[in-house]
Amino acid sequence: MAEADGPVSRALRLLPIILTVWILGTFAWRLIQPDDPTIRSQLVNREVPAFDLPAAVPGATGLKSADLATGRPRLLNLFASWCVPCVAEAPVLAEIHRRGVEIDGIAIRDTPGAVGAFLGRHGNPYSRIGSDPTSRAQLALGSAGVPETFVIDGKGVMRLQHVGPIYESDIPAILEALEKAR
Amino acid sequence: MIAEAGLAALWLAAALSLLGLFLSIAHVRGTLEADKAVRALAIVQGLLCLFAFAMLLLVFARTDLSVALVAENSHSAKPLIYKVAGAWGNHEGSMLLWVTVLGLSGAALAALSHRLPSRTLIAALGAQAALALGFHAFLLFASNPFARLNPPAPEGRGLNPLLQDPGLAFHPPTLYLGYVGLSVAFSLAVGALLGGEVNRQLARAMRPWVLGAWIFLTLGITAGSYWAYYELGWGGWWFWDPVENASLMPWLAATALLHSVAVLAARNALKAWTMMLAVIAFSMSMIGTFLVRSGILTSVHAFAVDPLRGSFILGLLAVYVTAAFLLFAVRAPTLREGAPFEPVSREAAIVANNLLLTVILGVVFIGTLYPLLAEATTGEKLSVGAPYFNAVAGPLAILLGILLAVGPLLSWRREGRPVLRRLALPGLFAATALAITFFAIPQSGLLPKFGLALAAGLIPATIIPLIGRNPLRTPLATWGMAIAHLGAAVAVAGMAADSAFTTEKLTAAKPGETVEVGPWLVEFTGVTPAVGPNWTAVEAELRATRGSGVHVLKPQTRFFTNPPTETNEAAIDTLLSGQLYTVVGRSDAEGRWQLRLWWKPLVTLIWFGGGLIGLGGLLALAGHARRAWRRRMAQ
Amino acid sequence: MRAMAFALALVLAAPALADSNLPPAYWAYRQLPDPKQEEKAQALMEELRCLVCQGQSIADSDADLAGDMRDLVRRRIAAGEKPEAIRAWLIERYGDWISYRPTAEPINWPLWAAPVILLIFGGAMVAGRIRRKRS
Repeated sequence: MAEADGPVSRALRLLPIILTVWILGTFAWRLIQPDDPTIRSQLVNREVPAFDLPAAVPGATGLKSADLATGRPRLLNLFASWCVPCVAEAPVLAEIHRRGVEIDGIAIRDTPGAVGAFLGRHGNPYSRIGSDPTSRAQLALGSAGVPETFVIDGKGVMRLQHVGPIYESDIPAILEALEKAR
Repeated sequence: MIAEAGLAALWLAAALSLLGLFLSIAHVRGTLEADKAVRALAIVQGLLCLFAFAMLLLVFARTDLSVALVAENSHSAKPLIYKVAGAWGNHEGSMLLWVTVLGLSGAALAALSHRLPSRTLIAALGAQAALALGFHAFLLFASNPFARLNPPAPEGRGLNPLLQDPGLAFHPPTLYLGYVGLSVAFSLAVGALLGGEVNRQLARAMRPWVLGAWIFLTLGITAGSYWAYYELGWGGWWFWDPVENASLMPWLAATALLHSVAVLAARNALKAWTMMLAVIAFSMSMIGTFLVRSGILTSVHAFAVDPLRGSFILGLLAVYVTAAFLLFAVRAPTLREGAPFEPVSREAAIVANNLLLTVILGVVFIGTLYPLLAEATTGEKLSVGAPYFNAVAGPLAILLGILLAVGPLLSWRREGRPVLRRLALPGLFAATALAITFFAIPQSGLLPKFGLALAAGLIPATIIPLIGRNPLRTPLATWGMAIAHLGAAVAVAGMAADSAFTTEKLTAAKPGETVEVGPWLVEFTGVTPAVGPNWTAVEAELRATRGSGVHVLKPQTRFFTNPPTETNEAAIDTLLSGQLYTVVGRSDAEGRWQLRLWWKPLVTLIWFGGGLIGLGGLLALAGHARRAWRRRMAQ
Repeated sequence: MRAMAFALALVLAAPALADSNLPPAYWAYRQLPDPKQEEKAQALMEELRCLVCQGQSIADSDADLAGDMRDLVRRRIAAGEKPEAIRAWLIERYGDWISYRPTAEPINWPLWAAPVILLIFGGAMVAGRIRRKRS
């Protein structure tokens, strides 16, 4: 090692302290600003990726990515009958639909019987409902769970991703995003 | 009453460490002659911690549901061994174990140290007391294991089924004896830098402590790896998960320290480097404790996630590590290094070994923290996993392996080039093995090929130091070195074999069907229910044949009720040539059951090698102890 | 005998711990028939992070979404797509985070440079300790 007190030697001896302070500082930062484990889609502000899903319940219409470019902003909601927060979200979606917003749904990993029962029990705000039994569309969209909702503009570009159920308090933000997407 | 007694013992121990700290400061400054007092305090403090820990074991053994910790983590229906092991299967209890090992290490240092000058020893005991004080404060104010629950719970919440396993009885205590045992090396380094001299005497005094902690750390990590392997059901034995890395980093530092201390003892050289390593090793232990308990890194193994407690540990870390590095920065220039080394000598080889181990340590450290550092600096989220660590640590480990063949054959001080002729035969084995791998297993990666070649050369090479010597007159330390190095070679063979030769079969089978995996024909005869003390299970029966003889394996999917969980119990058949590892999964609507079957040739060499490393260390420790005993008898 | 049957029924009823309403996707727990393709698929799956787990690859996870991702990987590899393309497709959707192998982006250059820098730095420190061979 370099001998006694030269400038190089002093720098070498101070290096561990500088590194320690930097690293401990980062630890402190992480303790104060805990990690947000939500995984967000990186496709926001890009066109909806292509998909073509069959109808989730008999009598409903299936959903194609092309159906989402209607000229008017709409919502795309990923849900499932086995998803507990989706039950809480259902009345809020109904309210948003009542205010004139069109909503398309994708049922993730679900059976027609269960989806039908869910819609019967909690209402059906969806114009179309696609069935995604192997999460293929979910993965194509960059979504990581249910429920999730995308705000899609008239040209079929995703403008906003809302992860988790939409609560009543979220309605203004969603409506605002839909406005901005015109 | 028992819990209160334990708590009182902890408070008393904390008070005694405070007193011990003051007395040792006074002694080192020359104001007071407190040698006997400081030693006595350290011993009593250690015994008090042991008493408190015994009280915790007692309340768990009796399932005393008026103690909050027992109510949270235990259940009266658990088998006794898991009631007791469950005492350290949670944050507070394992922290008490941590503090107990810290206290006992200090006590042992005080009781068994006879060769160090008084100033150094008392300064070291003072450092140990300072460490104990901080961690006692953490335990008493933020993680009280003896908190009462009023009214007592009617029943406990149960222990996580993944922990209801002999691995829990063995892995944490062994690991803690290792990483917390390194506190002695830290304290001795601090003590020597503060109050005494860094010289041969210090090295000889430090060596058994480093060796002891290192042995436990090696065995603890080996056990942890095997436990994860058979418990988690994916056939993997190391995932480069942050918690695993947190235990590996002190081990890497301790291995470098072990070799460095040997140089300090033999040549009175590498003083600054040895002191730095001693500080780094225990700092890594403390950082590991922080990472695992604060929840700032995502991990499958993380067992406590509490940012508030994390902040407390961070505070302790900041104080101890910065103070130690500052002390080092101030005192290092006073350490007089000796003459440079011959380029091909044992000390040069050890310097190269230290370099490689430190680079591997640095790389594992950087890789583990990189996602956090990147996010703090740029806001971007990224992941660093096995592909990085294998790509970087693998080749460095191969270089280290080559050094392992060469180093022990070289002598101290002397130019050793002629000696390398003894490696001609192992070199030939390695080269031949490498060539064979390119023909026999062309599809496997470069790293497993080189690993196999290295093992082929290294296994004979590590025995060479023993050849031509009278086995009874060879010092135990030399046996220890050879066996530990042999263990490393054997472990490398196992790791490379696992990467290169493992075959996996994933299938959905109906009862009565036969599946092929590697050279085995496995017949799935059917599924039956099974019952245990606190679980029910679906058990599959598999009959495997490879020529003659039938091996019966019964993997299970177990269902626990307290807490409600489902686990996979792999059925593993261990043979001399490898392991048949089987897992049963769910059934589908048509009555087909998911089966995952692996044939892993030679995989057990990994843990057998780890055990050999520990055995080698034990022999070396025994050798040192015997010599010390003989010296004391002669006085 | 009836007790056994009852116990089995009880135990088989328990897997209501599953998430969704559907069984795993076809290729979630099946290997591709071509061993070379299966090897490529397996190597890729070990490097992709499970979206819903705490730090596991999709190869090691029993979560439904992980199974669906394995299904996706195997289908695409069977169709002839290169592993790199599949990884890039997933990174496009979920960011660098989903790949356990750090990408070649500038943000990762210090990571890949670290071992080299450490070796050079350490080597320089060590060189001072080794005596030059006198000619």
